[in-house]
Amino acid sequence: MKEMEASQATVSGTVSIKNRQGLHARPADRFVRLALSFDAAVTIVKDNQQVDGKSILNLLTLGAEQGTQLEIRTSGTDAEQALAALTALVNSGFDED
Amino acid sequence: MKFSDFVCGDAIRMQLDADDKESVIREMVSALVAAGQVKEGEKDDILKAILKREELGSTGIGRGIAVPHTKHPSVDKLLGTVAVSEDGVDFDSLDGEKVQLFFLLISPPDRPGDHLRALENISRQLRDETFCRFLKQAKTSQDVIQLLDEADNNQFVS
Repeated sequence: MKEMEASQATVSGTVSIKNRQGLHARPADRFVRLALSFDAAVTIVKDNQQVDGKSILNLLTLGAEQGTQLEIRTSGTDAEQALAALTALVNSGFDED
Repeated sequence: MKFSDFVCGDAIRMQLDADDKESVIREMVSALVAAGQVKEGEKDDILKAILKREELGSTGIGRGIAVPHTKHPSVDKLLGTVAVSEDGVDFDSLDGEKVQLFFLLISPPDRPGDHLRALENISRQLRDETFCRFLKQAKTSQDVIQLLDEADNNQFVS
C-alpha cells in the first residue's frame, strides 16, 4: 500500500457491549484513554448517533447498555491498530462481569 | 430520563466552600442528609463508597463537569443532587480542567440501566455549551432548578 493511501485509511468494525453495567463512566474513561493513545480519529456510531470516541462526555450520551451494538470507525495512519485495540477492549467487557 | 426524575432540588448547593474532591463530595452527601433523602447513619458509608470509586479513576468527565457516584443498598431509587463551584475544584479530570459542575448520583445496586440513563441525560444536556455556561453562572439553587426544568422541556437540546 502506498504511504498516501495508508494515512487516509478508514476502517471500521462492529462490537457489542458485553459487561452487565453497560458503557458507564469507568469503561468510557478507559475507552477514551486508549483511543487517545492513537493518532487515528475515532468515531463511534450507534443507530443514527455519531460521536467522537475520544470524549467521555460524548460516549456517555450513547447510554449504551449491555447488548448494544456499536460501530467503531477509525481513520489515520494507525487506524488498523486503533480499531483492533479498541475492539479488544470492548470485547473484554472492560474487565467487568 | 429527566433531571426531575433524580435531582433533589432541596439538596442543590451553590458557591461551594469546599476546595478539594473529598470536601465537595462530603458537602453534597450532607446536603442529601439535610434534605431528608439519606439517613444520617448511612452518610459515612456512602461517602466512603463514592471516594473509593474515585480512586478507580476520576469521574471528572471533562468541560468542568464531574459525576461522582456509587451504588448503595440504602436507596431504592436513583437519587442525585447538583453543586456548583464558582472557582472550580481540582478533580483529576482527564482533560485537566477544574470542575465547576457536580452531579452526584446514588443508585440502587441492581439497576445499572437507570444509572446509565441518568449519565446519558447529564452528558447529552451538558454537551450544549449554552446550558453548561448558564449552570456555571447560576447564583441560586432556584436558578439551577429552573435551568434543569428548561432542559427537561428540551429547551437546550433538540
